[in-house]
Amino acid sequence: MSDSTFSSFLEAGVRTATPLAYAALGELVTERSGVINIGLEGAIIGGAFGALVFGGMGGATFGFAGAALSGLLIAAVFALFVVTLRTDQIITGTAISMLGLGLTGTLYRTMYGTQGASLHTPTIAPVAIPVLSAIPVIGPALFAQPLVTYVLYGLVPALAWWFYRSAGGLALRAVGEHPEAARGAGISPDRVRWAALLFGGAMGGISGGTLVLAQVGTFAEGMSAGRGFIAIAIVVLGRWTPLGVAGAALVFGAASALQTLAQTTGWAIPYQLPLAFPYLLTLALLASVRARTAAPAALGRRES
Amino acid sequence: MSFLWRAVKSPIGSSAIAALLAVGGVMFVVIAGGYDLGHAAAALWNGSVGDSYSFFTGTLMRATPLIIVGLSVSVAFRAGVLNIGADGQLLAGASGAVAVGLSAASWSPWIAVPAVLAAGMLAGAAWAAIAAILKHRFGVLEVISTLMLNFVALYTVSYLVHGPLEEPTRVFPQTSSIALSARLPVLLASQRLHLGFLLAIALAVAIWWVLRSTATGFRVRAVGASPSAAASAGRVNVGRVVFGAFLASGAIAGLGGAVQVAGVTYAMYEGSAGYGYTAIAVALLARLNPIGVIVAGVFFGALEAGGASMQRDAGVPAGFVAVIEALAILGVLAVDRARALALERSERALEGRSA
Amino acid sequence: MTDAAPALSLRGITKRFGNTVALDGADFDVRAGTLHALLGENGAGKTTLMRLAFGMLRADTGTLSVSGAVRQWSSSADAIAAGIGMVHQHFLLVGAMTVAENVSLGERGWLRSFDPRTAAARVRRIGAETGLMLDPEARVADLAVGAQQRLEIVKALARDARILILDEPTAVLTPTESQELYAWLRAFVARGRTVVLITHKVREALAIADDVTVLRRGRTILTGRAGNLNEHAVIDALVGAAEITDEQQPASNVDPVATVMSLENVSVADARGVPRLRNVSLDVRAGEIVGVAGVEGAGQHELLQLLAGRRAPDSGRVRAPEKIGFVPEDRLRDALIPEMTLVENLALKDAGVARGTTAWGAYAARAITTIRAHDVRASGAQAHAGSLSGGNQQKFVLGRELEGAPDALVVENPTRGLDIRAAAHILAELRSARAAGIAVVVYSSDLDEVLSIADRMVVCFDGRVTEVAVESGAIARALVGLS
Repeated sequence: MSDSTFSSFLEAGVRTATPLAYAALGELVTERSGVINIGLEGAIIGGAFGALVFGGMGGATFGFAGAALSGLLIAAVFALFVVTLRTDQIITGTAISMLGLGLTGTLYRTMYGTQGASLHTPTIAPVAIPVLSAIPVIGPALFAQPLVTYVLYGLVPALAWWFYRSAGGLALRAVGEHPEAARGAGISPDRVRWAALLFGGAMGGISGGTLVLAQVGTFAEGMSAGRGFIAIAIVVLGRWTPLGVAGAALVFGAASALQTLAQTTGWAIPYQLPLAFPYLLTLALLASVRARTAAPAALGRRES
Repeated sequence: MSFLWRAVKSPIGSSAIAALLAVGGVMFVVIAGGYDLGHAAAALWNGSVGDSYSFFTGTLMRATPLIIVGLSVSVAFRAGVLNIGADGQLLAGASGAVAVGLSAASWSPWIAVPAVLAAGMLAGAAWAAIAAILKHRFGVLEVISTLMLNFVALYTVSYLVHGPLEEPTRVFPQTSSIALSARLPVLLASQRLHLGFLLAIALAVAIWWVLRSTATGFRVRAVGASPSAAASAGRVNVGRVVFGAFLASGAIAGLGGAVQVAGVTYAMYEGSAGYGYTAIAVALLARLNPIGVIVAGVFFGALEAGGASMQRDAGVPAGFVAVIEALAILGVLAVDRARALALERSERALEGRSA
Repeated sequence: MTDAAPALSLRGITKRFGNTVALDGADFDVRAGTLHALLGENGAGKTTLMRLAFGMLRADTGTLSVSGAVRQWSSSADAIAAGIGMVHQHFLLVGAMTVAENVSLGERGWLRSFDPRTAAARVRRIGAETGLMLDPEARVADLAVGAQQRLEIVKALARDARILILDEPTAVLTPTESQELYAWLRAFVARGRTVVLITHKVREALAIADDVTVLRRGRTILTGRAGNLNEHAVIDALVGAAEITDEQQPASNVDPVATVMSLENVSVADARGVPRLRNVSLDVRAGEIVGVAGVEGAGQHELLQLLAGRRAPDSGRVRAPEKIGFVPEDRLRDALIPEMTLVENLALKDAGVARGTTAWGAYAARAITTIRAHDVRASGAQAHAGSLSGGNQQKFVLGRELEGAPDALVVENPTRGLDIRAAAHILAELRSARAAGIAVVVYSSDLDEVLSIADRMVVCFDGRVTEVAVESGAIARALVGLS
């Protein structure tokens, strides 16, 4: 494989990983508070649609803000049910995914008719960082990406610091491990979970916004294509830590890029194999003791 | 008010209220979206129950997989197994059914049809067994593992229809049609409704009876309601019951896939129709009651059939149906919580006293 | 000091949970710089009252003041800020986090930085000042129970608690550890701080407290200086003079040859491989009550599970009858399914071995018989178990386990959380089971309770089981490993 093929493989891997990383980092924060948000898919598709509407009105930046807001609103419905009404997380999440997918599909057809949105959606182009993007092979992959990708480079270490070196991070982790203990220390588990879910929803929205504004350039029904569920796999593979999740997002991104590579270069392996590989890896990891002890103790449990 | 409260208190009543809420919400959106409500409602009605074709071939045929997979979800949830992998198990079942159905040309239908259905159940159970073993041996949360396995199943189906099972001309990513002898017979002349619907009804009644009247069914309910009490007071082998229910749930989902193949599509294509997810809504709306699953499955089948005609005739997007389904689930959840709140309060009172 | 405003004052407090009145106009004043024992039977409302003081619950009516100022808490955070700390009976610690992280938990500010080294230094400093030594880097899940309790106190002190509330702190401690804790609390009070000690142990309370308050059924029955009160007066206040019944011990009916249950050199380890029972042997005969005592985690739980056939030994031989009743400690978790009917809960007994179809009619008849025979107050056999009061739930469980004339009965903390009347009923049932020739094994965390019914006593200490005389002094020594 030539350097340029490899470089474009890496570039595609990072590009694919970007929306996954946003969604997975959001889900990470949510799960650390003890809640699995299977409705994240709804937040992503909501964000994608929000990006289309708001981006069309006020440009790409406005579009990202709209995407975050849309994702946040969808997550707020989830939080209202799961945190405030204490409904089952899995069932509610399934409903929220359906709601997001159905609602965006309906609104899209209602607002844009059967011919769909034209390609008026503003997009953000990749910005090559001088010097860094000239590094052979990895330079273009890591440093000739849209701005949203660079934001991640700062967000991941910031989140890692916040998890382990801030009062807020301590509170979040305590709520996910032992909500009663957190309450006894004067923390409101409900409030922390609301905040974690809203953050996760906004991140899911940005993930959808990235698809529309930085990659595809328009909206399509169901374009989230299961990324909300993939994000949950990434969180597991990343063993519930920010750095791990960032790395796991890259694994999933690379797998998807490898699939394209396998198809274009006519490899003998079925192209579905690299696609399925990260899930098999996650399953294998789940069977190991270390991954299970890394999971927040109160994850998925309903509080009374 | 007291009538309303009584309706809320009975499970059937609250499901009905949730369904009504959902339909009301939809009407609101139809009007807000600027569509002609009368036109849309007429299309919904005509497409689902308006004439015999739309009722039997539209509604009931669509309801068939929803009922079967809804039963799969109900069995799992009743045992406390959060199997959200019915979609993957259904795909596994469809694959197994196709594999057998393709080579059944020379068989008698009395052998071919049962063989196809059995292959589907076996494949579905085997797919569920992966997650069941991970849970049993390693304590892996089944919510996460079944979600992963859904993706793996999707890619496996994609591989099969592009590879070993692809139709001989290799033009379309799909399998050939299964042998005529392996197909489910239709029930009525000039309708497409097939024997699978009756199978679904019979299965629902059978599961209802098992849960209500047999020792096995009681073990499943007890383990689902309280694993600790089942183990301690009943000396039930909880792990075994959970494992068995998980496999049974997978087998039923696999049967759903096989019935779709043998009754409707006759071949397998790339992708998933998402029955596994809709079935969660069906099961929940039915309160995990097998007989209720029939009603909820037909309700959702009617919505999907009517939704299709609503899009065709009144221009209302079909995405709508998903909105109704989602609102129905949320409605049930909200009504249930209102009901549970009173109970919880009195429980907390007991705790408070003993504290 | 006598004229100063009380450090903590709760006046006219009422609190209802649904239809249950937990507190009914309770008054509670704590003088600054004193150790105040808050006494009451289970369910008297003492924990509820202190949770109100700590901001975990809100009162329906009544006022709360701290050092004379009327206050209202919206959450525990407010109480903590006002200098109140609480050590809960069931520790509120995050096992997966370190000691230092647990101590720092609950500091305000989303982005406020948390420095593990500063936090560790603080833990060490508090340790040096107070003698409550802890390793700040240790994972809490790895700490022993005594150390976890020290950590709970350190947590409160790190927040500058001037009023420390401890809920039954000695329940999980050995007598030696309890003596150390009491000594530390006295020293803490001597430095001008204030302690509220929730307990039901009258003698200990009178020995170490300055003041004593007794709650019964949510009301303040008695309050005063410990020096001016005698044990009898406090016990009368605690249980209500009329309710003390000195039941005659009926002659036990032991057949010395009929050994019903026996353990021979049995050992058991928990999931982490820690030995729970070491080489234990025990015989239980028909028609006797064998009492079991032990501090938390000494192996009595595993002993009872083995006897009841709810757990298999790692080594050694267990002989137990086919027909055996078991009443576990946590009835809502291990004995009953609250959302199922009494009929179904009766059928639960056979669930593990039942085959084929279930004869619900027969179970309904048996449930009705059980309800009548054991005076269970329920709306009927189709009532949900969760709708019964705790006492009636326990009567039903005991009735179910006694149904069908078992050869043996194993009972764990049978009166936990019950009022005195229901508790007396349960103990009477155990006595009549003995009279019927059943071999009974009873563990209770309340020593006086086991002593009142046991024919023989065994004590668990560190995984070993020794028989001792039915006499409190001997048992107290055995509980801490002296015999």
